[in-house]
Amino acid sequence: MSTPEQVIVVGHEPPTATGLDNTKLAMWGFLGSECLFFGSLISTYLLYRNRVCAGCGPRPHQIYNIPYTSVSSFVLLMSSLTMVLALAAAQKRDDRGMRIWLLATALLGMIFVGGQIFEFTDFYHRGLSLSTSTFGSAFFVLTGFHGAHVTVGILMLLSLVAMSFLGRLGPDQARKVELIGLYWHFVDIVWIVIFTVVYLIPSK
Amino acid sequence: MATVVLEQRRRIFSRPTAKTGWWSWMTSVDHKRIGIMYIVTALAFFVIGGSEALVIRLQLAKPNNTVLSANAYNQFFTMHGLTMIFLVVMPFGVGLMNYLVPLMIGARDVAFPRLNAFSYWLFVLGGLFLYSSFALGGAPDGGWFGYAPLSTTLPSHGMTFYSIGLQILGVASLAGAANFIVTIINMRAPGMTLMRMPVFVWMSLVTSFLLLFAMPVIAVALFELMFSRVFGAVFFDPAKGGEPLLWQHLFWVFGHPEVYIMILPAMGIVSEVLPTFSRKPLFGYGAVVFSGIAIGFMGWGVWAHHMFAAGLGPVANSAFALSTMFIAVPTGVKIFNWIGTMWGGSLRFKTPMLFSIGFVAMFIIGGLSGVTHAVVPADAQQTDTYYIVAHFHYVLFGGAIFGLFSGVYYWWPKAFGYTLSEGLGKLHFWLMLIGFNVTFGPMHILGLEGMPRRIYTYPDGLGWNIWNFIETIGAFTIAASILVFIINTQRSRRLRAESGPDPWDARTLEWSTPSPPPEYNFEQIPLVESRDDWWHRKYIPGPSGAPVRVFAGGADMVDEGTAVVDEHGHGIHMPSPSYFPLVLAFGLPIMGYGVIYKLWWLVGIGLLVLLTGVYGWVLEPPTAEE
Repeated sequence: MSTPEQVIVVGHEPPTATGLDNTKLAMWGFLGSECLFFGSLISTYLLYRNRVCAGCGPRPHQIYNIPYTSVSSFVLLMSSLTMVLALAAAQKRDDRGMRIWLLATALLGMIFVGGQIFEFTDFYHRGLSLSTSTFGSAFFVLTGFHGAHVTVGILMLLSLVAMSFLGRLGPDQARKVELIGLYWHFVDIVWIVIFTVVYLIPSK
Repeated sequence: MATVVLEQRRRIFSRPTAKTGWWSWMTSVDHKRIGIMYIVTALAFFVIGGSEALVIRLQLAKPNNTVLSANAYNQFFTMHGLTMIFLVVMPFGVGLMNYLVPLMIGARDVAFPRLNAFSYWLFVLGGLFLYSSFALGGAPDGGWFGYAPLSTTLPSHGMTFYSIGLQILGVASLAGAANFIVTIINMRAPGMTLMRMPVFVWMSLVTSFLLLFAMPVIAVALFELMFSRVFGAVFFDPAKGGEPLLWQHLFWVFGHPEVYIMILPAMGIVSEVLPTFSRKPLFGYGAVVFSGIAIGFMGWGVWAHHMFAAGLGPVANSAFALSTMFIAVPTGVKIFNWIGTMWGGSLRFKTPMLFSIGFVAMFIIGGLSGVTHAVVPADAQQTDTYYIVAHFHYVLFGGAIFGLFSGVYYWWPKAFGYTLSEGLGKLHFWLMLIGFNVTFGPMHILGLEGMPRRIYTYPDGLGWNIWNFIETIGAFTIAASILVFIINTQRSRRLRAESGPDPWDARTLEWSTPSPPPEYNFEQIPLVESRDDWWHRKYIPGPSGAPVRVFAGGADMVDEGTAVVDEHGHGIHMPSPSYFPLVLAFGLPIMGYGVIYKLWWLVGIGLLVLLTGVYGWVLEPPTAEE
């Protein structure tokens, strides 16, 4: 019979077969799944963006306000920068810096979501709703799901800050910040694709 | 002061400690208990879905029958399909994965034990949510495929239950898939390289990846359906330029990988059972593994063969016809490997072996009729007839269900410490095999004679009467076989023929643990030195090439698990039970009811439950207080 190898337990987590962290691997898997989620929503939008039937409300280019959305896109992209700064502070065990940058990230996210709520209201008043056209359905469901993802991200960022204040983040706080950071950057990258495909490519 | 606050919170979020009784199962995070609960629940749904099938067969036993109205028939065949796919075959496979994967790779649990419990409870509640529609004005009645725009316009709440119920089950599958991918990649014991993993673990890995990438696609389709039904979106409304083909594409991009999600775990089981009862290693391990991976990739490129009659045009049809014929190749490779495994082996025809051989035989029939659908002109004749019904029952019942029962008989002694009766097991097998073929064999003939699917009755004088009557007799024979199985489980439990740790003289690591395995599986994490490691610990090649039992082999080497200490003298820390997977799982169905009935306060309550679950999950202490 073979001798079992000594398992040396370091800290809380047992070593893994690949050396990769379990939670990070799971997050990457989840984000891979999310690619197909947004991919399917974007495909639906691409199918319908030029198919507004006669008398079915505004077409994409008649309703988009590119400068406005560009500004809110810039705000969201900047939140990725603050997220990176938060992680850097967490890795240096600079709790104050970490909290400030996490809050800044959440704030930028909130500005983005606020901007999206304003945009949705504006579009609605100008005659585009979920049921006016297939374009309306595809637009609101795609960008709405993105907004929901940003909102979940904001909740997670604020929870990190609250747990940090309560001293509940534990010794591996940098890992937790990195994990939420992976999600946050992913949601940003999806927005780059949405902004390009939905807003910038001209429709007929 | 901070410590006081901390202490109080610890008490609020303290973890449950019960080791026995109902509550210990409800809060368990042990992969073995969760695996058993998955399989028991799946078997309960199997009885329910099977009863629906019996009522359907009663209705079709003779022409112009009136057992079911047209409307009730639609609900029954839709729920039969949904039940068997989402509430039986998938969770049955996942249950076996739960029980076996950590044991087979030499781990003490899965990577995320609480997430695992969450997947299970969400599956149970999702199933109950779907079934509650029967009491709430009508079950889903648009087929398991839910083609739009029919599914967006059917008047009862049934298809809304469908869109939200499947969404809930999808979340459960997704969580499970991520969990198993991380478990298999990261939790392997030292020396358990990828190419030493048992084939069942490999097939679980491929299945998990398929789930990970297929579930989000159906999620989008279901959300589009839900927004169309509840919030007035017009995704599939042809009057507003909506495209019914969009639903079909999204559905089958999920739907075809789903077929492999159902069959790959069964293929994994057969690849474990056949070598054990042939006393030979699996013939062509590498070929079986790589053909499984090939199926996983190619499964994404064949979906439009479900849409040959939708008018995609000759180019698309030809491309998908070719890819469909091509995917039969890796499947055929596996068949030859299984036959090669049995060839020249010293075969022992125990019940698990019979079910595995049944799998191979029935799957060949189903696979061959599947290749006939790949021929586009032939499919134009076959589509929407009973020929298709015959085909997918041969692969999913003759295939998946036979394979899963093989697994149940094979691993039962591991899970409970006693074997199921061989006599009743063999009666179960033969009744099921005969009943199955009598039920579904004639469907080939009926289909080619033109009998369409999904009709609630048919007129006299079309020559369909006799076959339909025979099929109904076959269906009741299957029901009798399941009754034999249930009697077998009860009788064997009373008789308790102690099995010992390794009753089949098997090959993989789970048999090196006592039966049933202790909560922590392995007292010492094994060091794996070869494929079929357990076999090579028991046997060495003798002078004639035949395996010779090593001195003090077998049972003496079983990890008896008497002392709960590891090599450092510390106790083995297993994850504590938790309430919050259950709490979290309750949130989603509550929100679901809120959306269906547009009760926004109920959605709010569901959200609150969900958040309670999430924050409790995050904040509860890692272990129970002593």
